[in-house]
Amino acid sequence: MARSEEDLKWKDLETGCVVSDAGNASQYRTGDWRSLLPVWDKTKCIRCGVCFLFCPDAAIRKTSEGYFEADLYYCKGCGICVQECVTGCITMVEEEE
Amino acid sequence: MNKKVGIEVSLAAADAIKMANVDLIAAYPITPQTHIVEHLSELVANGELDAEFIPVESEHSALSVCIGSSAAGARTFTCTSSQGLALMNEIVFIAASLRLPIVMILANRSLSGPLSIWNDHTDVMSIRDSGWIQVFTENGQEVFDHVFFAFRVAENPKVSLPVIVNLDGFILTHVIEPIQYWDQEAVDKYLPDFKPVNTLNPDAPVTMGAFAMPGIYTEAKKAQDEALIKSKPEIIKAWKEMGKIIGRNYSPVETNQIKGAETVFLTMGSMGETVSIAVDKLRAQGQKVGQVKIRLWRPFPVEEFRKAVRNVKNIIVIDRALSFGGQGGPVAGEIRSVLYDEENRPLITNFICGLAGRDVTTDNFIDMYEMSLKMAGDKSKEEDYVMYGVRE
Repeated sequence: MARSEEDLKWKDLETGCVVSDAGNASQYRTGDWRSLLPVWDKTKCIRCGVCFLFCPDAAIRKTSEGYFEADLYYCKGCGICVQECVTGCITMVEEEE
Repeated sequence: MNKKVGIEVSLAAADAIKMANVDLIAAYPITPQTHIVEHLSELVANGELDAEFIPVESEHSALSVCIGSSAAGARTFTCTSSQGLALMNEIVFIAASLRLPIVMILANRSLSGPLSIWNDHTDVMSIRDSGWIQVFTENGQEVFDHVFFAFRVAENPKVSLPVIVNLDGFILTHVIEPIQYWDQEAVDKYLPDFKPVNTLNPDAPVTMGAFAMPGIYTEAKKAQDEALIKSKPEIIKAWKEMGKIIGRNYSPVETNQIKGAETVFLTMGSMGETVSIAVDKLRAQGQKVGQVKIRLWRPFPVEEFRKAVRNVKNIIVIDRALSFGGQGGPVAGEIRSVLYDEENRPLITNFICGLAGRDVTTDNFIDMYEMSLKMAGDKSKEEDYVMYGVRE
């Protein structure tokens, strides 16, 4: 299963659904679990990186300007970043398609 | 080929497992399966069979051990009945989805309660939809032959699925029958060494039993269903190969006196022999009656079955289990579904009988035949099935 699961057809699956190539946890779309989305307020953010450090899934990345954002492929919307943020610049908002 | 020997069917089955050269047996004793695993444990203890015999604390553990063993590439066997199968239930489904070629002999017995140790098909029907290949046997010789068949089919890399060989508890397990043993050479020729499709091997690691998101589970189930359906030609091939070696020919659906039959009995397992005598008696009276037996229960042989009953007007479906609150027995439900789209579909009468070892005699079957002629197609009847012989 070297691809995102949604690209796989039933015939692509190996016998017994074994996973024969290592290191594919990165393809696991944990973002599917999310119902709330973390949003950063750049006017309050001091770019300390505490959210980045505390994210249990390493789903927060640094932008070119030095601010932080969630990688939505992985972010489960757990809200730990909001809890840990020093300045309270992150809020969880309803995610609408 | 060897002469027939008189031996208890359970002991012969254990001898066949030995001749199949299994690597691992994990099982917990339960009536009426006990003699099979008891004898296997003797064979291992005496050094006659070079295999691991793992006495476990429960059937849940028995099949779990079998999964580990089969995943490691060992030829693996287990055996159970009734409550033991019920306790295995969780792992039964896992073994099939992992496509591990474990062989199980299931000595069919009713499920509690009321507590009963006697024979019917309630246990196997509880795992009907588990994804195992499931075959039924009618006598001791068929059990013996099907041990080799089961390993050959299960381990065929085009199949790679677990197989259950059903035999009726007590009626077969505890009866001494004349059984023709195979020569070891014939077994070795029929049953090649096990070359697993996937193994747990540190040099070529794989993950087995991975988690699946909603985005892939449906595809996984489709692949599993296709695997089971596609196993049928391989199953038929395995029976044909066996026929060449031993001269006994098996097929997914077997018939007896079908020519000119307007009514047929449909059975699975040992009752087929009793029905065959009833059919002989009815034929002698000039009745146009025959018999159809389902040997391959999963994957269900849809085409073969439709072909077998093409010219039949009335099918008497014998069920040895009941779907409570449903419309009779699980076999009848299956048959109605298979025939619904047929242009000239036969009428179905469904008898539930032989629950928990209650005797069903040839006269009972003749009685059912007469009842069915009155019932078939009678729209005024209140029930879709009859609990035969129940005291009102």
